[in-house]
Amino acid sequence: MSATTETPAPAAAPAAHGIFGFTRAQAVAFVVMLAAIVILPHILYPIFLMRVLMGALFACAFNLLIGYLGLLSFGHAAFYGMGAYLGAWALKVWHLDAALAILVGGATGGLLGLALGWLAIRRSGIYFAMITLALAQMVYFFCVEAPFTGGEDGIQQIPRGVAFGLFPLHSDMAMYWFTAAIFLAGFLLIHRVIHSPFGQVLKAIRENEPRAISLGYRVQDYKLIAFVLSAFLSGIAGATTSVIFGIATLDGVVSDRSGDVVLTTLVGGLGTVFGPVVGAAVTTAMENYLAQFGSWVTITQGAIFVVCVLAFRRGIVGEVAARLKLSL
Amino acid sequence: MADHILETEGLTKEFNGFVAVDHVALGVRTGTIHALIGPNGAGKTTCFNLLTGFLPATAGRIRFKGRDITGMRPAEVARLGLVRSFQISAVFPRLTALENVRLALQRARGRSFDFWRSERVLARYNDRAHQLLFDVGLSEFVHTVAGQLAYGQKRALEIATTLALDPEMMLLDEPTAGMTHADVERIVELIHTIRAGRTILMVEHNLSVVEGLCDTITVLTRGRVLAEGDYAAVSANPEVIAAYLGSEAPHAEPAHA
Repeated sequence: MSATTETPAPAAAPAAHGIFGFTRAQAVAFVVMLAAIVILPHILYPIFLMRVLMGALFACAFNLLIGYLGLLSFGHAAFYGMGAYLGAWALKVWHLDAALAILVGGATGGLLGLALGWLAIRRSGIYFAMITLALAQMVYFFCVEAPFTGGEDGIQQIPRGVAFGLFPLHSDMAMYWFTAAIFLAGFLLIHRVIHSPFGQVLKAIRENEPRAISLGYRVQDYKLIAFVLSAFLSGIAGATTSVIFGIATLDGVVSDRSGDVVLTTLVGGLGTVFGPVVGAAVTTAMENYLAQFGSWVTITQGAIFVVCVLAFRRGIVGEVAARLKLSL
Repeated sequence: MADHILETEGLTKEFNGFVAVDHVALGVRTGTIHALIGPNGAGKTTCFNLLTGFLPATAGRIRFKGRDITGMRPAEVARLGLVRSFQISAVFPRLTALENVRLALQRARGRSFDFWRSERVLARYNDRAHQLLFDVGLSEFVHTVAGQLAYGQKRALEIATTLALDPEMMLLDEPTAGMTHADVERIVELIHTIRAGRTILMVEHNLSVVEGLCDTITVLTRGRVLAEGDYAAVSANPEVIAAYLGSEAPHAEPAHA
């Protein structure tokens, strides 16, 4: 990441720590997002919106690494997919509470992230990307062979169950509000991480790793913690998705999933707070509404990816923010 | 040798058969300003990388405050109080000057793994950070993004950041390289004020800077120590003159003899 070639970020006003560390522009964007979350399920199909929300959480988790630490992971499907399997297993076989099952999925992602991250952070740049890809492929083949995943069939007919012992999730609207709450919790957690003393060190590592080391920071520890956090939230997104659809399959762990999250984040805007959310809305909408055209989805996605990289390198939110000279 | 804060013994670094640093024995006395000079490619920066753990030595030992630090990881070396700067200005370009300095304060005083806290807890370091920025003449640029500072200001910011760790020993890699005359004077003055209670080892090309500032000078050529002593002794050494004239002209006349 050559930070020097980019235009410097607009100087944050000294006292721009409004509510929860949001700048004013971000606070406005957050309110708009909240309004959309509340209003849209009455207009659009809630299942579609839930896919957007969990795609957004997954992309936000991924963005924590690429956007704030400069680490490009090509293996995030492993955390998402394994989270989906274990969440499904916890719900269907162990009959856990839905909230707890989703936490099991998150913990699975986090633990796997600890193991894979511990290996991957020893290298940076393209080597880091390749190691994460290779490790995720190993996880994929494990899932193909392991009996508990159900192989090609996956884990099916997962009951949605009850959240916190109180809220049955059978209706789509109940599931939607639960999903929205999970998304918001994850989104705010990431925002807090970025605007914490820890997040400050992450930015320092992204900007100039040797300098951070020379100040005495054990940068590997920071990278690993960020990696585990990202993997944990990816697992949460995966597990929640399997609860929504009642199914967990190889689709979650396959490398396409890792590619999708890169695309989503790039389209929305790397290193922006709201970019991954907008990116998820765009890519999910494309998948949904172009589905009738079959393989044209992939071709269209590819074309958009190329256009984005060539013309809008900052992504949708990044471009808007740069035009308006705001930090979003 | 008890008054040596940093010592090396047979320090050697080979890159695929090329010997960049060749059995260097360096002794830096506590409280002095020590210069490492020499033509390009003499191994000065490689020496710095070895001393601070950024490169592993092929052979030899390094002792800091009597403790063997050979093979120690760079972050650990920094934590012992041996902190370096870099040849290319090392700031965090998209963070403000205040945030740059605060990052060093934050490390020295703990509180860096707490990802669940608001960064507002860092406000407690603001007073000290403002003071440090004032000391290096950057009071007006506290909230300027570091990438937008002028070159000399970046170097000053880098020194303020290093000082924030209050290191016992600072390694400055060409602190005045590429600076205007006025900036050079300011940095020299700054080094004068920060030397109290500290030891400084610096790589420097500008001999007029070295002359006024440094107590001891070690001259390196092709990875070896060619001469060592104070400015008068070193600049009168015929081998030093030959080495300098043979490769590149120094910024000031190396000798009056």
